[in-house]
Amino acid sequence: MSVPMSVQLRLEDDWFEVCDRARLQPGRGIAALLPDGRQAALFIDRAGRAYAIDNRDPFTGAAVLSRGLLGTAGGRPFVASPLLKQRFDLETGRCLDDDSVTVETHTVRLA
Amino acid sequence: MPTDTPRHSAAQGTIVLVGHGMVGQRFLEALAARGLTDTHRVVVLCEEPRPAYDRVQLTSYFSGRTPDELSLTDPEFIEQHGIELYVGDPAESVDRDAKTVTARSGQTFAYDTLVLATGSFPFVPPVPGKDTTGCFVYRTIEDLLAIEEYAKTYAKTGAVVGGGLLGLEAAGALRGLGLDTHVVEFAPRLMPVQVDEGGGAALLRTITNMGLTVHTGVGTQEIVSTEGAVSGMKLSDGSELATDLVVFSAGVRPRDQLARDTGLSVGERGGITVDEQCRTSDPAVYAIGECALASDGRVYGLVAPGYEMAETAAATIAAEESSFTGADLSTKLKLLGVDVASFGDAHGTSEDCLDVVYSDSRSGTYKKLVIGPGGELLGGVLVGDAEQYGVLRPMTGSVPPISPEQLVLPAGAGAPVALGPSALPDSAVICSCHNVTKGTIRGAVTEHSCTTVPEVKKCTKAGTGCGSCVKVLGQLVNDELEASGVEVDKGLCGCFGQTRQELYEIVRTLGITSYRQLLDAHGREAARGTEGCENCKPTVGSIIASLAPTIGADGYVLDGEQAALQDTNDHFLANLQKNGSYSVVPRVPGGEITPEKLIVIGEVARDFGLYTKITGGQRIDMFGARVEQLPLIWTRLVDAGFESGHAYGKSLRTVKSCVGQTWCRYGVQDSVRMAIDLELRYRGLRSPHKLKSAVSGCARECAEAQSKDFGVIATSSGWNLYVGGNGGATPRHADLLGQDLSDAELVRLIDRFLMFYIRTADRLERTSTWLERIEGGLDHVRDVVVHDSLGICDDLEALMADHVAHYRDEWSETINDPERLARFVSFVNAPDVPDPTVSFVPERDQIKPDLPLLSIGSRPRDLEGAAS
Ligand code: SRM
Ligand SMILES: Cc1cc2nc3c(=O)[nH]c(=O)nc-3n(C[C@H](O)[C@H](O)[C@H](O)COP(=O)(O)OP(=O)(O)OC[C@H]3O[C@@H](n4cnc5c(N)ncnc54)[C@H](O)[C@@H]3O)c2cc1C
Ligand code: SF4
Ligand code: FES
Repeated sequence: MSVPMSVQLRLEDDWFEVCDRARLQPGRGIAALLPDGRQAALFIDRAGRAYAIDNRDPFTGAAVLSRGLLGTAGGRPFVASPLLKQRFDLETGRCLDDDSVTVETHTVRLA
Repeated sequence: MPTDTPRHSAAQGTIVLVGHGMVGQRFLEALAARGLTDTHRVVVLCEEPRPAYDRVQLTSYFSGRTPDELSLTDPEFIEQHGIELYVGDPAESVDRDAKTVTARSGQTFAYDTLVLATGSFPFVPPVPGKDTTGCFVYRTIEDLLAIEEYAKTYAKTGAVVGGGLLGLEAAGALRGLGLDTHVVEFAPRLMPVQVDEGGGAALLRTITNMGLTVHTGVGTQEIVSTEGAVSGMKLSDGSELATDLVVFSAGVRPRDQLARDTGLSVGERGGITVDEQCRTSDPAVYAIGECALASDGRVYGLVAPGYEMAETAAATIAAEESSFTGADLSTKLKLLGVDVASFGDAHGTSEDCLDVVYSDSRSGTYKKLVIGPGGELLGGVLVGDAEQYGVLRPMTGSVPPISPEQLVLPAGAGAPVALGPSALPDSAVICSCHNVTKGTIRGAVTEHSCTTVPEVKKCTKAGTGCGSCVKVLGQLVNDELEASGVEVDKGLCGCFGQTRQELYEIVRTLGITSYRQLLDAHGREAARGTEGCENCKPTVGSIIASLAPTIGADGYVLDGEQAALQDTNDHFLANLQKNGSYSVVPRVPGGEITPEKLIVIGEVARDFGLYTKITGGQRIDMFGARVEQLPLIWTRLVDAGFESGHAYGKSLRTVKSCVGQTWCRYGVQDSVRMAIDLELRYRGLRSPHKLKSAVSGCARECAEAQSKDFGVIATSSGWNLYVGGNGGATPRHADLLGQDLSDAELVRLIDRFLMFYIRTADRLERTSTWLERIEGGLDHVRDVVVHDSLGICDDLEALMADHVAHYRDEWSETINDPERLARFVSFVNAPDVPDPTVSFVPERDQIKPDLPLLSIGSRPRDLEGAAS
């Protein structure tokens, strides 16, 4: 029997266990509460790669990036904010629609 | 101490530019284009704390454009051309004998050529109290930051002194900041410079309808203050206006002080005198832009003539032939929601000219064209509907291909097919901001192989000023591409080369039930195997949902892969609000509701602390629900017999009704019953855009059916069906599709119409735009759905029958399924902790989002503390 995998985030020098792998649905995100009160948005793509970025949408201030849709642009994965639709690169956090804006990213693993 | 150390070869001397505004920047680009930045040392003194930005689009700051986005200055450009740009360091004096300029910092620069591009300053009339705290002008980014800051903290009411172009723009901005806004104009009408009396009257109605209060024919006599801050103003008619903030927008004056001090000749009413080459009375000194008094005796307050002067000065320095002898004063107002434009000789001052006027005070439309004795178009004023501005302006000076009477008639009132840009000659100036002709735009496509509007914009600069020509530009580019055989990419997005209609046919005929399957087999080569994008996912999701029963897919939009395709609203079956909370709208078919159900809504809203509002769609919206509260709220609503109102979906919204025959003395049919029947029949139907409907009980039309996608009006012998109506940003009256229909005939015709629309429309295309776009228009649609010219009506009816038979309420399906409920949590790892950023503050006995809480840390850093 296989052990269910969990989704873990790198926080300082420890791995923080967020939830079961099964809670992540390809193409959609979920929000997680970090120990210091910040929020992370976690995603998994159709190939099974997981990503995590800050959940706060820098354009509106609302904590909603986990509720955006995933996509691919120029071969790179992004999430589009559900509020005003700006897209963020899931690996670098860079906003594809405004060079001057970046959100924080987290290292994530499935273990 | 002079710090005069050239950074690179300056073989041919030094050019010093004073003023880095719109025209200054254009001048630098014109220098670079001529290679002059390689042969000269170029020094720029910029007074403002930031390099040149788009002043024309200043007001767009209030709709979310950041100062960075407004910038016109590419640091790479400055660097690459070795331009020495001193930001925040204005020129203080010029010594023409020594040929030097001294800046505020104390630096002195020797010049061989000096160019003044110092722009204008806003004129503030000398009324007592004009410097009181709370008085502002509207010219720079700093001004806007200061207004915004003050309005937020201290003001509920604002007044703009001056009802000209800029005054109205400023008033629109104050309104947008939530202030109760007044406009005080000395002249008897608004925009006295641009529009004539009739236009002014139409404009007044429009502006008043937007919620602004206009005072014309009165002057401002004194600014009244209380405890050192503005509290009102005294007007020349003896009245007093209470206001917390005043913006002066009473015209601009050229900034010619520097020139005066150094003895250059200036005009009697200001402006640095220049010749046709933009040279001042000293041939080593040029003046360009708003600070210059051109050789035709005018000071131009628009950017396009300034750009022409910049080109002329640069060309003259490069020893090329060039001259600036005057320009046209066309303008289009950028105020949200007001369509006003004037061009050419708008006031009809030319000799022997005649006007053609169309005026409809009901709709607030006023159009006047000024025609010369030879039939040539000289100018015009358009208020309320400036749609034709883009084609009329370039036609100025030539005889239009159709009669002027036909040009002013509104579409649908006997006007022939709208006049397109194809009717224009190559010499017509399409973009007046950058003086770009139709020929140049066509050349960009044919000679410079531009294939998209953004490419053409980059190549020609057309459309990068005030933006009023962009629509015509788009049409021209497409025409040209089609003419030169280039295939215009009509694909849905970067992932699919097909249109929505083509994808619909693929899904339907091949019975494809999964997005991935469709993308991997039919997507563009590069998109196969990827995640897709935020445009095609919901579109394909919607196509699959509307065909679900027919192709054997699951109609429930939250299962399996379907769930991952939906926009957040559909995903949570509620509407996302600005702070991350949701609104809840239960269906109230036809707007009819029992007292018991009203009480339930009241109780639910009270128990969950929700903000309630009656919507424009005859139902009740409850705002401020946290994501984890949605299932609890809906459990109560479903128990009481409510179901989803699909306020979130691209699907049927409401079928509004009037009270009709049952109660109303005029009613001839039971409009409420019909509205309920229609709403229940089409509820949940996924479509390219939302669908709205209404049923009126008689021709008085209290339900506004003619503004709906499908509207029904009772007649004494049945129902009339109207289609393609729209409210919203571009209202359209619906067209009559069928007359005196029985109940069954009505429903059958609507079934066919809706299914044909769903099959052939583009993504996010309402029925109104679809009807206007598809080939053959209404006549074609009538042929298909009434006369069955394509032989598909049985099919269309069968599709609708499938939909009706399989409808299930999404919310009751959701609350009865633990797995589906699992997604309604704030945090996957802390489902009981509410999102701390979703918080509310009281307003008028209810709640509203706590926005300051969200904005903590959200402002771009360069703005902090910038407001004075
Ligand atoms: C709640 C309501 C305003 C109100 O307080 O009354 C409303 C609210 C919204 N409208 Fe509306 N519209 C509402 C009636 C209308 C009406 C009046 C009507 O339906 O009779 C119109 C004009 C009629 C029409 O659509 O032709 C209207 C024209 C729009 C438009 C412009 C559509 C267009 O074709 O130009 C949009 C934008 C869009 O859909 O792209 C829009 C979009 C929206 C959105 C969905 C904007 C958004 O994405 O957040 C708002 C979300 C509602 C929410 O969060 O719950 N709303 N909206 C009304 C809900 C009615 C209902 O019970 O479902
Ligand atoms: C809200 C608004 C909306 C507008 N809308 C339109 C429109 O729709 N269409 C249109 O055609 N025009 C519009 N205009 C006008 C347009 O912005 C101006 O015509 C254009 O900016 C003129 O360019 P300029 O370079 O001559 O002046 P500016 O852009 O004003 O630049 C002059 C610069 O010189 C600087 N300066 C002055 N003195 C010195 C000194 N001694 N040393 C150094 N620097 C100095 C100033 O600080 C300023 O930055 C609008 C203006 C405003 C304010
Ligand atoms: S539309 Fe006619 S029937 Fe309906 S309420 Fe108005 S007047 Fe009465
Ligand atoms: S006319 Fe202003 S951008 Fe083209």
